[in-house]
Amino acid sequence: MQNLPIPFLVLSFLTILSALYVVTSKNPVHSVLALIFTFFTISAHYVLLNAQFLAIVNLIVYAGAIMVLFLFVLMLLNLSKDTEPVKSNWWGIAAAISAGSLLLIITAAFQVSGEAVAKNPVEGLGLVKALGKVLFTRFVVPFELTGILFLAAMVGAVLLGKREKGNDVLISKEESKG
Amino acid sequence: MSILNIFNQVEISHYIYLSTVLFCIGLFGVLFRRNAIILLMCIELMLNAVNLLFTAFSSYMGDSDGQIFVFFIMVVAAAEAAVGLAILVLVYRHTRSTDVSFLDRLKG
Repeated sequence: MQNLPIPFLVLSFLTILSALYVVTSKNPVHSVLALIFTFFTISAHYVLLNAQFLAIVNLIVYAGAIMVLFLFVLMLLNLSKDTEPVKSNWWGIAAAISAGSLLLIITAAFQVSGEAVAKNPVEGLGLVKALGKVLFTRFVVPFELTGILFLAAMVGAVLLGKREKGNDVLISKEESKG
Repeated sequence: MSILNIFNQVEISHYIYLSTVLFCIGLFGVLFRRNAIILLMCIELMLNAVNLLFTAFSSYMGDSDGQIFVFFIMVVAAAEAAVGLAILVLVYRHTRSTDVSFLDRLKG
């Protein structure tokens, strides 16, 4: 480990620590808050990497919209307290071994492949002007397709979330049975 | 210029290691946890690890395509979260739980 700058080290440490807390926390609300903190640290990484537009978009879309949706569903379903049944230790060990071996294999593959990375940073690459030019010329078809994707997702979410009378009857029948 | 000139002080390999660790933490969460909301959150974590790597390579190489891809990944993640949470609410209405181990009997 050579001399890494302090901001990078601190940010990486915070990112990994809060990501671990997301996974290990028993309380789902704590998990959501830790994940929001992780997104903030990743946004800080984007600022370090000269990707200012993505840093702001990451904050708005992830920390602003998606995580609020998660928190809202969590509150709606009243799952804020720990309702998760205790798993056997073997399951945790198996999951840790699987994730750890993936980590090992990826890092080993990277070590073997060697470093062949050219450094060619460009001034003002991550600003809205540069990104917008590329997005609306070369990537204009995928950009329009994302609009269709959003429409489909919106229709699907509304359709799924709509309460039907038949469902309620089904639930009450099941509950009276069990 | 950025706040500090990171391109001369940090090798891109450190970003590769960082996002690999983040991705594996997310994978561990998907395998370990049972609460479906936490599973969706771990998927978001994995997507963010990939986003970070895309941005790092894009900035180091001076090519903006990677950042455009991050933009598209965010769009897909937002759509996925909306539909996934709607399905989750539906499942909760039927089983009164968000435990994914209740979902192993797909009898309709």
